[in-house]
Amino acid sequence: MIPPRFDYTRPATLAEAVGILAADEDAKVLAGGQSLLPLLRFRLASPTSVVDLGAIAGLRGVADEGGHVRVGALTTHYEVVNDPLIAAHCGLLAQATRTVADPAVRHRGTIGGSMAHADPAGDLPAVALALAAEFLVTGPGGDRSVPAAEFFVDYLTTALEPGEVLTAIRIPKLDGWSFHYEKFSRTAQAWAIVGVAAAVRRVNGDITEARVGLTNMGTTPVRADSVESACRGIPAQADAIHEAARSADAEADPPSDLSAQADYRRHLARVLTGRALARAAGS
Amino acid sequence: MTTTPEAPNLGRAQARKEDARLLTGRTNWTDNIRLPGALHVAFVRSPLAHARITGVDYSAALELPGVVAAFSGADFADEQGSLPCAWPVTEDIVTPAHPPMAVDEVRYAGEAVACVVARDAQSAADALEAVDVDYEPLPAVLDMEAALADGADLVHADAGTNRSFLWPLTEGDVDAAFDGADVVVTRRYRQQRLIPAAMEPRAVVCRPEGDSFTLWSATQIPHVLRVMLAMTTGIPEQDIRVIAPDVGGGFGSKLQVTAEEVLALLLARRLGLPVKWTETRSEGFQTTHHGRDQIQDVSIAADADGRIRGLKVDLLADMGAYLMLVTPGVPILGALMFPGIYKMDAYSFSCTGVFTTKMPTDAYRGAGRPEATYAIERIMNELADELGMDPLELRRRNWIAHEEFPYTTIAGLTYDSGNYEAATERAVELFGYSELRAEQERRRAAGDPVQLGIGVSTFTEMCGLAPSRVLGSLRYGAGGWEHASVRMLPTGKVEVVTGSSAHGQGHETAWSQIVADRLGVPFEDIRVLHGDTQVAPRGMDTYGSRSLVVGGTAVVRACDRVVDKARAIAAHMLEAAEEDLEFSGGVFRVRGTERPSATIQEVSLAAFAAHDLPEEMEASLDSEATVDPDDFSYPHGTHLCAVEVDTETGRTRIRSYVAVDDVGTIVNPMIVEGQVHGGLAQGIAQALYEEAVYDTEGNLVTSTMADYLLPSAADLPDFTTDRTVTPSTTNPLGVKGVGEAGTIASTPAVVNAVVDALRPYGVRDVPMPCTPERVWRAVTGVQDNEGAAQ
Repeated sequence: MIPPRFDYTRPATLAEAVGILAADEDAKVLAGGQSLLPLLRFRLASPTSVVDLGAIAGLRGVADEGGHVRVGALTTHYEVVNDPLIAAHCGLLAQATRTVADPAVRHRGTIGGSMAHADPAGDLPAVALALAAEFLVTGPGGDRSVPAAEFFVDYLTTALEPGEVLTAIRIPKLDGWSFHYEKFSRTAQAWAIVGVAAAVRRVNGDITEARVGLTNMGTTPVRADSVESACRGIPAQADAIHEAARSADAEADPPSDLSAQADYRRHLARVLTGRALARAAGS
Repeated sequence: MTTTPEAPNLGRAQARKEDARLLTGRTNWTDNIRLPGALHVAFVRSPLAHARITGVDYSAALELPGVVAAFSGADFADEQGSLPCAWPVTEDIVTPAHPPMAVDEVRYAGEAVACVVARDAQSAADALEAVDVDYEPLPAVLDMEAALADGADLVHADAGTNRSFLWPLTEGDVDAAFDGADVVVTRRYRQQRLIPAAMEPRAVVCRPEGDSFTLWSATQIPHVLRVMLAMTTGIPEQDIRVIAPDVGGGFGSKLQVTAEEVLALLLARRLGLPVKWTETRSEGFQTTHHGRDQIQDVSIAADADGRIRGLKVDLLADMGAYLMLVTPGVPILGALMFPGIYKMDAYSFSCTGVFTTKMPTDAYRGAGRPEATYAIERIMNELADELGMDPLELRRRNWIAHEEFPYTTIAGLTYDSGNYEAATERAVELFGYSELRAEQERRRAAGDPVQLGIGVSTFTEMCGLAPSRVLGSLRYGAGGWEHASVRMLPTGKVEVVTGSSAHGQGHETAWSQIVADRLGVPFEDIRVLHGDTQVAPRGMDTYGSRSLVVGGTAVVRACDRVVDKARAIAAHMLEAAEEDLEFSGGVFRVRGTERPSATIQEVSLAAFAAHDLPEEMEASLDSEATVDPDDFSYPHGTHLCAVEVDTETGRTRIRSYVAVDDVGTIVNPMIVEGQVHGGLAQGIAQALYEEAVYDTEGNLVTSTMADYLLPSAADLPDFTTDRTVTPSTTNPLGVKGVGEAGTIASTPAVVNAVVDALRPYGVRDVPMPCTPERVWRAVTGVQDNEGAAQ
């Protein structure tokens, strides 16, 4: 459990960090370290250099940007859980973040680190996808914004190019929507076998719009388009919702692993999507 | 003798005196020991389950910075000996050689094949990648039944078989019991493989001192280890001192003589410098011995009224690749416990020990007894279902009645005392048994997708290992006695030396409570010393819930001898006859007079000064005792568990858990409570969470805590605990042992509850651990078609 040797730098500016990362493709970014350190200790990663973003100003904190809430990449899970802006406008994110690991991890781990690690078993990527978040990125070529639908490319792989740093996540405010994150894990601190991030908008007792993101149902987080379509216009009632949720796994290609086989994951996704939507819809 | 009015310490929830240093870590954990010039060892381990070693090249590692030496198994072939098995359970048992570092062949993934020694742990870890080992793969042997088939691939080619032993036992006329039975229930249960996972990893430090050696190890058994190190390496026993400093849990996993301990000793000798090794957590999961892993074929025969006629048990026990210290003895410890608390006419048992290319199994909390208890308590519920009888009623009709004690069971054990009626009555009351049964009926009738299940476990276990003559008759290599010495110091303080070796149990507190009462000295004035073969030269260490039962008895006897000696000196001091003295609260008084008295502290000082002692009295006030118990002790209890099972997702939630244990006289109720809670957590873990899984090639895939799911407090319910007290009659304290009770009782209680919840769905068993997926498959009948090798 001793990591291999590596260089460690703690640049003071974003430009400096980008410079180091652009010059060395085997360098790794350190945010909260809750994913990177285990990889290092298992010697599953052997970066030449670890670039600690912790000293760079402006990467941490939550800001109101009108139609969006901007969450700095180095904002810790603990801060997300307790932030009033997030509570007011992006409650689904706070609720899902509350289920991440344990308090120690939530005090260290960051939203940016969790997104950039892009573990499909992580709770936050599915939320970002369901909420159609945007990922703000700075690299050698300047700044750009990547929509969530394009950010998660493959298992542990994002659209971040070499030398690019994720600086913030912009989350559209879904005021007036209701939501629920349903996590199914074997122990309190274990990864989700399946997680469902659901948000619905109701008008006059009907669901007019729904968003569903699935955790650990493929190599990337999955947007459950079929369920979203099936929900449109249905009564916000349990029977109708559970019927709509029967297509929850249509877009998924879940893995079979130690914690669950694919057929069971598909079944769980259907059951849990129904429950998440029903909870979100208050039915 | 038990508590007296002058005995305020015994039975008190005294806060543990060792906890401040244990909880803050400001103590001598083995890994905290830093010796000048110490070298760090790291082991190159086989990535294959079974292979011939065709070459080991560590020349590149020797070139790396900080690396001092590297060795292969061949480099130690002449001196490393074979790791010991102290329990050859049959005369014809197959006991293959077990070199600490493999020389020609590896037989489980993780087996050490080479080591590097460096000036720091980082350099040692880095150098592992530079050691090149060539392997010629051999077939992995993973399935016990396949391993016993004709023509099976062999773990040990020389042995010609994968069968290590066959151990049979028959009592009564089993055929008659089954032939005439109204009901016979037959089941196969699987005890999954478990990883003990003590909080402190294994660690060892060894320092050469001229021709002798001091070896610190995170072990439960410093005394046994010293003997075995001498026998394995040929280093004279008097030249080896073993110290178990503070040790952070064991659960049986540190009841072992490990390859790393032997090699630390040999490396220190070879290099002439101190060496140190601490396992990583994944290394520990892979190579610290595992527990359980049995296939149990069980049949029970009964009359229509529920009276049990007979029980048949056939076990396959996975030994893993080698026989370690008590590997084959573990299932045999269970052999006598399958009948549990029940009367019956006949019993047959057989156990076949099977070699596979996996980490050896060995003692794990309960060691044989959880397996036995699981089988009998599970099949009792199935029998009750078959008979249409309440599972508690079936138990009442068969258990040994309170007035029948002492009772010799069909397996030949004599249970000294017990009160199953009282424990069960109390548990039923605390649990609200009939209310929960009524709720269960309602939910079944309503077709509630979340079903309620009620699990029963009325267990007993044998503790206080053990009478040496019994161990001898079971072919165990050592005795079961324990030693203590008690010395009053000149200042009136007390040192207690115990041969048991605490690794978290709280012996320092419990022993102090006993001594404080026996000698009438303040609790704070007592220091308990243990775990160092030079400080505590005689001992048999800690396992099998034996410390208080056997070691505590030795402390009592040594205290009584101290008081006897003090009485003689006090009589001399007070110019009275010994028989006229009474001793209470630490003071000797002449009975019925107002004459001056002498405190035991004053007597101690007088014994130290020795100016005026009785004729032929030796100076100093101390004594010792070695106790070999007459018999085992038999804690028992009734555990009731209510679960809610979500039939849509398969999730099980424990709604309530009641444990009423009878562990005899209580020395410290807080320690008992802690043992019960921890035991329940580990037993529940087997029922619902933990399983060591090997893939089809023989690699352990549950090698981290992300994959091997240890439940935390967040996953466990509030426990409702209570006790009945039926003192043991086999020791003067009346204690029975509590270290394993919770683990033994809870696994069947939980699984019985899960199965009970699912009976309306036709479910009669869910393999352990009862994961949500397994429950879902049991409910729906959807087949598992991609199962990993078990």
